[in-house]
Order: sequence, then structure tokens, then C-alpha cells
Amino acid sequence: MKKGWREIPIAGMPWVPATEYKTGSWRSFKPVIDHGKCVKCLICWVYCPEGSVKWDGNKVSIDYEYCKGCGICAEECPVKAIEMLKEE
Amino acid sequence: MISQQVLGMNGDEAVAYAVKQCNVDVVAAYPITPQTIIVEKFSEYVANREVHTEFVPVESEHSALSACVGASATGARVFTSTAANGLALMHEIVYIAASLRLPIVMAVVNRALSGPINIHCDHSDSMAERDSSWIQIYTEDAQEAYDSVIQAFKIAENHEVLLPVMVTLDGFFISHTLQNVSVLPDKEVLSFIGERRVVPEIDVGGKKFKLKLDPVQPLTFGPLDLYDYYFEHKRQQVEAMKKAPKVIEKVSREYASLSGRSYGNGLVEPYKLEDAEVAVVCLGSTSGTAKYVVDDLRKRGLNVGCLRVRTFRPFPAADIKRNLTGKEVVGVLDRSISFGGLGGPVFTEIEALFSDETEKPKIINYVYGLGGRDMSPQLIEKVFMELNELKGKPLPKDTLRFSGLRE
Repeated sequence: MKKGWREIPIAGMPWVPATEYKTGSWRSFKPVIDHGKCVKCLICWVYCPEGSVKWDGNKVSIDYEYCKGCGICAEECPVKAIEMLKEE
Repeated sequence: MISQQVLGMNGDEAVAYAVKQCNVDVVAAYPITPQTIIVEKFSEYVANREVHTEFVPVESEHSALSACVGASATGARVFTSTAANGLALMHEIVYIAASLRLPIVMAVVNRALSGPINIHCDHSDSMAERDSSWIQIYTEDAQEAYDSVIQAFKIAENHEVLLPVMVTLDGFFISHTLQNVSVLPDKEVLSFIGERRVVPEIDVGGKKFKLKLDPVQPLTFGPLDLYDYYFEHKRQQVEAMKKAPKVIEKVSREYASLSGRSYGNGLVEPYKLEDAEVAVVCLGSTSGTAKYVVDDLRKRGLNVGCLRVRTFRPFPAADIKRNLTGKEVVGVLDRSISFGGLGGPVFTEIEALFSDETEKPKIINYVYGLGGRDMSPQLIEKVFMELNELKGKPLPKDTLRFSGLRE
């Protein structure tokens, strides 16, 4: 049963928070970081439109639960440390 | 009532001054005549650091309102202003702002839509947005423009309402005309509307979320809705509009006790209507002239009155009906026209109000003042005289008339 207008949040808001949408399943190519090449410039972190590039103060990593595989990080990486690999 | 400073300001300056006092976080606006002074004046306040506001000088009105939508979605208090073709360019985002339930306040300085190109006043710009789910308040003078901007934030941000508000002021007649404007002390304005906007909590997936963009509690704003839920979301907007009149009246009462100023009940303002047989209905600055003519004609023994519709959206149907019931002849003055329709937008709604009544006033539509054509006391007197002629006679065929038009 779909919900009535009194039962749903206002403002066109889905009744599931954004964190529940695991958009990682959309991916057909997966960014893989070569930490040997990475210079930690964080350009990938700035450019990622999904906030899926993580920085813990020491190392860059990808949050694969949400990364949609758009490849912007790989395109922007100045030292070509990110490779887009086809998902199995 | 507290003591107030009196400043010489035109309508645009009065709006900018009110915005300065409202602790607005973000203003994104693009200049367009006759609204430019608002943006100019406000950017002076920003340059002088009299406000903490982030001023975003965008490249178009479409961008202006888009920036406002983004800013408002984070929970900020947001203002913009525009006129005519600027508002038309915003059109797409006007609907989006309302559907996202963002309490943005926008001053619309009424100007004729092109073409042919014209910078002067009529209501074609804001009337084209009347179905967009924005509250619309039409002001009569610079003082009311100032007062209404302050009230608008309190109305828009009310959790029962959460709709954006347009405060309109007639281009040049109000925007560029100097007037003594009483202003409240800064701290009184802030204690009236609240220092910061308070966002509501909504239930998402069984958990409470603040309705705002926040990385700590991520929410999705503006997702694809389609036939699954779009209709239900529109019904919620209908409900918000239904709840708005009570809030507008309450804010109007509270503001009156603070400032000593009120405009009818906030929705409509009757003037010498009680015993009137003949009445005109109007919006905006024309009502000032109409009241002057009413006084003059009453001295000459004519039983006339005026009803100003201050809030056009939501349409104060019950208030208008109550005030016009029992009048013999009513002239509805429209400063815009719906081409191919029955007449102006104010007329068609008032006509519809009485459609199921057997005892109803004879209602005549006067379209006037398009493109800034002056509505002089003489023209309004002529309207009253024509209406007065209809007493005791059947409704004539020509219910759509043009006042001030050369044949």
C-alpha cells in the first residue's frame, strides 16, 4: 500500500534518509587507488560529487557503498594514481 | 507601542532596510528596474559590514533564485527581489522553491512584462506566478512594504506554513516615491521574527530529522517523484495554503501591537464599506487613490467604499465575500489581464466567489493601468460614477471595461 499525503514527509522528501541509498550498486567501473603513486593532493576528494572519497588524515580511500563509478577522480588525478576497473 | 524612528525612504529603500534588520543569512539577487535600488542599497549594507549576510551577485534571475533555494535548504534565512522579466526568468525555480517548502522572502517590484518593452508598473509579472504556491502580499505604500517584509519572514518560517512569500510593491509608484517610513528598532524586529530561522523536524524512516541540508544527517532534496507521490506532495501544498490565512492574521495582530500599524486583518482592508452601496476592489498603490476618491465622493453624498485585497494568495475568499455581500454594484480593478479569459485575475476569482449566490452584487471588471498608465483620482471617480449608474438596473453586457484607455 502506498502512503497517503498525510503520512509522508513534506517538501518532496523521501521517507528513507539519503544514507540508506547504497548507490554503489549503480557502478559498472570501480576506481582503484595506487597508493604507491598517490601524492595525497586531495584533488579527488575535492572533485568527487558524492563525497565518496575519504581522507583520514593519512590516506585516501574510496567508500564503495556510495561511489557510483563516475570516474571523475581518475580523470582529475594529476599523477594518474586512480584506475577505473570494470566491475565483475 | 514602542517609539520609532522616521526615515525618508522610497519603497525599494524601505524593503532593503527591513531586510537589513531581519538578520538574513543569504541574499542572491540580480538588478532589474524598478527593483535595482533594493539590491544596490542592500549591497551597500554588506560592503559597510552592517549585516553578516552573504551577498551572491549572480549572473541572472534564474541563478538568483536557484542560489536562494540552495541556501534556504541549508536552513538559512534567505531573501531575493526582482521584477517583471526577471521574475519570468525565475519561473521554473519559483515552483521548485515552493515545492521544497523553503521560506524564502522575495520582494517583487511590479512591472509590466514585455513586450512591447516597458519598465513601468502593472501586475502582469506577479499575477503570472499566482498559481505557484507562493504567498502573495500586495502593498499599498513604502511603509507597508517595510512592514510586510518583516511580517513575511515570520509567516513563511511558521512551521504550519513553510511556503515562500512574495511581497509586491508597485514599480515607481511605491518603489521610487519618497515617503516618511517609521522603522522599528533592530532588536525589536529580531525579537519579533526570531534571531535565526528555526527549521522543523520531520519524520524520515521513523527517525527525526531537521528539514535541512546537513552532512551530519544527510537528506535527499528534490528527488524524482513521478506519478507515485507528486500528487500527494501537491496536496500538502494545498494544505499549507489553507493554514496560511490564520498565521497571516496572527502575525498581523502581533505586528500591530508592536508597531501600531495594521492593514485590515492582514488579508483584506475594507475602507468605508459598511454602509456602501457601491464598492471598488483593488490591489496595491491604487487603493490609496481609491480611498481618497471615496472620501471625496462621500462628501458629495455618494455611498461608496473600497476593499483592498492585501493577500491575494492564499485568496481570502470568506473575507472578500463577507465584505462585498449586500453591495449593489462592485467594480473590480485589475492591473493585469488574462488574455482570452473572462477578464483580470482578481475579477474572475471574485466573480466565482458569488457564482452560487442568488443575491449577489453586479460585478464589473475594470482593467486599468497596464504598462504604468496612471490611475488618476479622476479615472477612479469615473469608475464610481459608472458603477453608481447601474444601481437599480440589470447587469449590463459589457462587464469587461478598460479604464484610462484611448479608444
